[in-house]
Amino acid sequence: MTVMSYLGAIGAAQREAMEADERVVIIGEDVEANVYGTTGGSGKSRADKGDFLQMFGSNRIRNTPISEEVIVGAAIGAAMTGLRPIVDLSYSSFLYMAMDQFVNQAAKNRYMFGGQASLPVVFRSAMFYGLNTGAHHSDRPYPMFMNVPGLKIVVPSSPYDAKGLLRTAVDTDDPVLTFEACTLWGSKGEVPEEEYSIPFGQARTVREGTDVTVVAISSAVPEAVAAAEQLAEEGISVEVIDPRTLVPLDTAAIVESVSRTGRLVVADPAHRTCSAAAEISAIVAEEAFGSLLAPIVRVTTPDTQIPFSPALEKQLYPNRSYIGDAVRRVTGERVSVPPTPEGVDDALSTQAPR
Amino acid sequence: MSLTNEELLEMQRRMVRIRRFDERASKMVKRGQIPGTVHTSIGQEAQVVGACMALGDDDYMSGNHRSHGHPIGKGSPLGPLMAELVGKSGGVCGGKGGSLHLADFAVGSLGESGIVGSSIPIATGAALSSKVLGNGKVSLAFFGDGAANQGCLYEAMNLAGVWQLPVVFLCENNQYALSTPAHTVTSGVIADRAAGFGMPGVRVEDGQDAMAVYDAVSTAVERARAGDGPTLVEVVTYRYNEHSEGLRLGTDYRNADERTQWLERDPIVLFRRHLVETGVATDEEMDALEAEVLDEVEQAFQFSQDSPFPDPEVAFRDLYTEPIGVTS
Repeated sequence: MTVMSYLGAIGAAQREAMEADERVVIIGEDVEANVYGTTGGSGKSRADKGDFLQMFGSNRIRNTPISEEVIVGAAIGAAMTGLRPIVDLSYSSFLYMAMDQFVNQAAKNRYMFGGQASLPVVFRSAMFYGLNTGAHHSDRPYPMFMNVPGLKIVVPSSPYDAKGLLRTAVDTDDPVLTFEACTLWGSKGEVPEEEYSIPFGQARTVREGTDVTVVAISSAVPEAVAAAEQLAEEGISVEVIDPRTLVPLDTAAIVESVSRTGRLVVADPAHRTCSAAAEISAIVAEEAFGSLLAPIVRVTTPDTQIPFSPALEKQLYPNRSYIGDAVRRVTGERVSVPPTPEGVDDALSTQAPR
Repeated sequence: MSLTNEELLEMQRRMVRIRRFDERASKMVKRGQIPGTVHTSIGQEAQVVGACMALGDDDYMSGNHRSHGHPIGKGSPLGPLMAELVGKSGGVCGGKGGSLHLADFAVGSLGESGIVGSSIPIATGAALSSKVLGNGKVSLAFFGDGAANQGCLYEAMNLAGVWQLPVVFLCENNQYALSTPAHTVTSGVIADRAAGFGMPGVRVEDGQDAMAVYDAVSTAVERARAGDGPTLVEVVTYRYNEHSEGLRLGTDYRNADERTQWLERDPIVLFRRHLVETGVATDEEMDALEAEVLDEVEQAFQFSQDSPFPDPEVAFRDLYTEPIGVTS
């Protein structure tokens, strides 16, 4: 084990995958110069060996023009014919530029060609929310892609998961979209130095508890853990589950947990409507209704665009305070509603179950 | 780039296959034997086959909604193609693609596309894998004059240009995007746009001449295979039928004289005459070839009728390489 940042773990996974299989190539804007820090060496090894460009050569590390549609489409075509590309799209909002290729080609080609194609391709992108980057750079668009059968959706929340899930993504024969949270880039954690992979569809129980299940996604995971620590002091035992992959989704783990705790809060940085939280809530309502002792509460980003000003943005995303209050609500605690603007989160303004 | 007599006959055979296959498909739509509609390549056979014959068996190809000619031109057997049009389990895609999404990976056909222009980046990516893996394969993207105004074409041409990818961009200019005359929505000459990307742009004015198409595309393919990068080839041609079978438009957007003129230069008649005049085949041999193809199409039809419909559970297969959710 070694301590590694989230970003460093992604770089390590990419390097190991490149070393393990020469069909793996990295395609994207600014990947040669290692602008985002995931296509380079680090520390002493960087001085000795340089970045990926020097390590693997320009045939396999490919800087692209700013042309998302063909970057994504070409990666799909390359995957259909023998390569295993990792595409770095930098910002998640840039995925929209290539929507046709994601939806009509990546997701459909294997299916509509009757299984003739396999598409071993990974599309990495980072969600720059919470960093005052304004409306064009702050999106958390993974739920849109959950609505496209044929794609796999990964949302790592820790360095360990970032490395292991990315390796699985590279090794799987289906198109995978990974959504990385920039606010987690610098977070540190223990990561094995050797190669490993984490199977998709297996949630991680981040913290065990008995009173409330909090399913948290991406950057909401550390916030949920922080909330759980505070709540423990108040005598409320919170179980925190990180699905890690949204497609496939570990429904069984979530339902099993709720069947023990009887209460569910879902913390999801995506917009509220048709969010991952909405889907998880619906699944639990369908499959564990009999276990529920209180209504499900979603803690999400409200359905508004992301403003630039720090004075405006910060309040919008699920944080430890909102998650804590949601937990207190489902456990029947009277809560003082935080000083959030009216309508910021419908769940927070509804009456607590008695 | 000279073809053997055998290859010349194969070229004619594939053109006749497309013609008879699509005539049969058109009839089947009218009789309700094909659900939905189809887009025929009747009239465009020289443009399709001239291009496909310039490719090797292992080379890649992607196409569009005018979709039957491409795999036939690349050598795909007719039975599974016909069965796919009907939605049968014996279809080349098991009944999940249909006319718009024919693909036969066995002959390098990476798929037709119902989204105009959408398969151009796919062919470009296949060329990327050829380049990275160094396997010498060339990729060809078929697209129409309508797709020539899609942005993804220019993203692809630029990328192929800077990476010197072994790809041929083949514009099938049949002069109409559904009802819209190409010249009313297309600024300048499509082939000339290649200059902006530093690649050769070739316009084949007589796309009804299979050899003219073959020669132009062969030059592009050789260039690609030699590592010299992409070429844009625009072939001017004409579709005889309506945009799609069964489509009835209130307005006649095409000039009757224009159609007559194009019909007079039918690519199959022209090439047959060429083969007979140059002594490659006799009229009797050409008659026999056409009879063989008719028989082949009849057998394909029978295959499509005999093949069972897929089991309902097939709708839940082939989404992923491993089962997820409702899929198996």
